[in-house]
Parts: sequence; structure tokens; C-alpha cells
Amino acid sequence: MTINEIQDEIVEEFSLFEDWADKYEYIIDVGKKLPPLPAQYKTEENIIKGCQSQVWLHASLNSEGKVIFEGDSDAIIVRGLIGLLIRVLSNQKPEDIAKANIYFIDKVGMSGHLAQTRSNGLASMVKQMKLYGLAYQVKQEVK
Amino acid sequence: METLTPVFDVAAIRQDFPILNQTIHGKPLVYFDNAATSQKPLPVIQALNEYYRSYNANIHRGIHTLAEKATAQYEATRETVRQFINAAYREEIIFTRGSTEAINLVAATFGRQNVQAGDEVIISTMEHHSNIVPWQMLCEEKGATLKVIPITDEGEIILEEYEKLLSERTKVVALVYVSNSLGTINPVKEVIDLAHKYGAKVLLDGAQATVHLDIDVQALDCDFYVLSSHKMYGPTGVGALYGKRELLEAMPPYQGGGEMIKEVSFEKTTYNELPYKFEAGTPNIADTVAFKAAIDYINKIGKSVIAEYEHELLAYGTEALSQIEGLRIIGQAREKISVISFVIKGIHHQDVGIILDTQGIAVRTGHHCTQPMMHRFGIPGTSRASFAMYNTKEEIDRLVQGLHKVKKMFA
Repeated sequence: MTINEIQDEIVEEFSLFEDWADKYEYIIDVGKKLPPLPAQYKTEENIIKGCQSQVWLHASLNSEGKVIFEGDSDAIIVRGLIGLLIRVLSNQKPEDIAKANIYFIDKVGMSGHLAQTRSNGLASMVKQMKLYGLAYQVKQEVK
Repeated sequence: METLTPVFDVAAIRQDFPILNQTIHGKPLVYFDNAATSQKPLPVIQALNEYYRSYNANIHRGIHTLAEKATAQYEATRETVRQFINAAYREEIIFTRGSTEAINLVAATFGRQNVQAGDEVIISTMEHHSNIVPWQMLCEEKGATLKVIPITDEGEIILEEYEKLLSERTKVVALVYVSNSLGTINPVKEVIDLAHKYGAKVLLDGAQATVHLDIDVQALDCDFYVLSSHKMYGPTGVGALYGKRELLEAMPPYQGGGEMIKEVSFEKTTYNELPYKFEAGTPNIADTVAFKAAIDYINKIGKSVIAEYEHELLAYGTEALSQIEGLRIIGQAREKISVISFVIKGIHHQDVGIILDTQGIAVRTGHHCTQPMMHRFGIPGTSRASFAMYNTKEEIDRLVQGLHKVKKMFA
């Protein structure tokens, strides 16, 4: 599936929820199910520091030339958000990630609902993931 | 005979705070983030409105009627603040943007003048970053050393250890009167008396204390005292520095500009007298004027009555939260104001805060700008509920229900 198809799928899923409590139940569930990031990737280099919670993000390129993202956080809701971002952006081509327009956060109402500090953390995660996409794209072009 | 004991009527008080009357995510707002900033009663909002509607003018030096009225109101706040903390002279009250700026002012003027290489500055483990960083900057600049008073597991400073830190090298002791993240009321009188034995000057960070406790800077004999209006039901962007007159007089100015000068030529500028020497530029007139309305409001209800009620909330909240399995209160000092900081086993404070917010309950989560203290307790942060005069036991019940829901969701 393309990045936008996955985003639309998430928007569709969220439209089934009646209120924010349900949406959070769902995000928490994603957070609980996200496999923990192997300890060797929980490095200072992979950390995205936030005021409230820590986020680790690791990227690698698989044999098909697609970027695989793995991530983790000490807070569950943030883990859930990472899980959603991974679902959208992982296993995609570097150039697609680099030029991706991430709209599902706005569409499900997350950016409006989450306090500024939290959506900032989310924004820096998206930015970091797109930077990885760009870096791998440049690397492939050089080859 | 009628008694004159003021009656504390929380329902009536809540009517004075229009912001409380709203729903968040469909639930009535429970505002428990008062240690970060308190809400503002109608008289404060009206004072702000009134200032801009009827007498906005630049203060001092103006000879027209509006300027005179604005000046009079601005100076009336100074007198009100003086009375509120029982300073001896009105010129000992310097308006600042808040406690942070007041501490920076002292570090940059008194500190630069009096702290030299090899000297020492003492702070405590429970300081807010705003009472750590300015002193750290000063010590770095001067080659001085920052010493830190350790605290107990209950969250109290260890006086014997403090005594050991004191010496002739100690130039400044900067201590928080009441901890924002633990609620601890520090034994400041003892700290001050001990410091003075060694000739050190003491700055008290009264950002949290001023709204809860009776403050008497003369009885305390502190050398400097800082406070913030916005934690006292007043507007943001204004606070005050109290300093003993002889100290303030000897200190160099902080910022240069208008208002703080007597005469300026390109060769030499002479400075204005106290308090204006430290108030360069056009100040935050509107908020300063409205700050008086906040203090008047507190005085009208009665500080001791408020304190008694808040203590009741603290006792009730402590008891109720202690019943929640897996919840640990951080900060169990014998003397506390109405702040309850806590952690819940296995649940991140950010998750606690987000889920409470969906239920209309506002608490603060994180390190509360006291990272070194969080390290001391070996935790990344806490959730903090802090109560003000308009909070109720029913709201504490809502918090308890909310926390049960949090526990269920993250189980």
C-alpha cells in the first residue's frame, strides 16, 4: 500500500470512534503492541528528546531498498503514535518517505487535540523520519 | 453579638473565577495546575480592562491627568506588595517580569559585585531551574563554586548538611521557600540565621510561598525575596524583587535605559534612585496595576482562612490518593503547602496527564523544572495536582476517579 492509502485507512478507522476516550484506547493498544526497540538501538544518537517523554527512532534499509523504521518511547500513548507513524512510513521507498505529506494526524483531529508540547514531539518525529528518507535517497543516488 | 470571623464560601469564590465555569472534552473543568499558574478573579480582569479603557498612559514624568492616574495606580501596587510581605520601605520593592527575572537581577548585579573567584554560592537540591541556572552562570563567570544542600527521601533539606557547607567563602545562599514540585515548606528562618553568622546574604525564592503563607521579610530577615504575580491570582508578566535598602543602594543597575537614569550625557550617566534604578524602560503597567487587585482579593478573603481551607484540601487529597494502589506520593515533608506530586507504578506521567485531560482534569506532568531533584528521587518526572482556594473536595474525588480510569486503561 502507498503512504496515502495507509493514511486514508487510519483516518477511516478513527472515524468509527465516538469520542477521544475511544481514540486513546486505540492508540494505547497500538502502543502496547509495538515491539520494543532492541536495546542496542536505544542510543543517544537515536533519541528525540521531548520535554515529557523520550522517543527513540531507528532506521535501516532492507534488501528491497525500502526504509524500515523501528521506534520506542517510555510513554505508552507516544508509543502508539510512533506505531501509527511506522505503519504509514515504514517499508516504503526513501523517495516516497522524503516527499510524503503526512495529513492523517490533522485529519483524525490529533493535532488539534494533543497539546502543543505533544504535537511538537510528533512533528519532530515526522521530520526525523522524512530526513531519514531523504538521507537514504541521496545515498542511493550517489551509488 | 455578631462574630467577625470571615466565612469561607468556596461556591461564592468560584463565581469570581469565570474561567472555571467551562467544560473540557464535555466534562466540567477541574483545574489542579495552580502551582504553575493560578486563575484570575473578576476584579483582576476588570482592573486590566479598566486600565486600558480609561487611563492607559506612560507612567512617571507625565504631567497630564492620565499619566498621573496611571502612575498613582502603579505605585499603589508597590505599596500593596510592600504591605503584603511587610517590607520596611516602598523603594525596597522592585517590579520585574516575575521571580525568574528577579533572581537574574540579583545574580547579575549583587552577585557580580560580591562573588569572586574561590567564593561559594549555596542552593538546595529542590530548587527550580530559575534558582539554579542564574547562579551557575555567575559561578562560571567568576570561578566560584556552587554548593548544593541535600534533601531527605521525604523531601526536606538536611540542615546539618547545610551547616557543613557554610563558611567564610559563602557569599550567597539562594533557597526556595516552598518547593514547586514537592510542596515542602523549608525552615527558612534557620537557614537565614545560619547564613548570616557567616556573613552570607540570603535570597528566598517565594514564587510558590507568597500566595500560601504569611510573609514577613523583616521578621525572616532575608536579604532578597522574589515573587510572581501570576501564581497569586494576578496577571502574568509581573513580579517583584524585595531587597534590603542598603543592599539595593550599593548594587549596580541591571539594565540601562530610560526611567533608571537621573542624568545622561555621552561622558557620564548618573542613575536614578531606588526603586527606579532597577526599572529601566516602560514597565508592564497594566499587569502591575491589576496585580494590586489580586492581592486585595486575597486580603479580602483572608490569607489565614484560605490557608486553612487549602490545608484541608491537602489532607483530604493526600488521604484519598494514598488509597490508590501503586501510587506513591513524592514529597512527604512535615510542613507542606497544597501540592501533591505522585508517580504511579508502571505508568508514565505523560500518559497520566493525557488521560486525565480527556476527563477535564488539568494537572502538570514532567520534571516541573526541577530536573536535579528528579534525579535525586531516581524518577523522570511526576504528575502534580496543586490546589488553590477555589478547588473542592468533590474535584479531588474526580481526580481519584480519573486515576482509577488511567490505571484501567494502562493495565
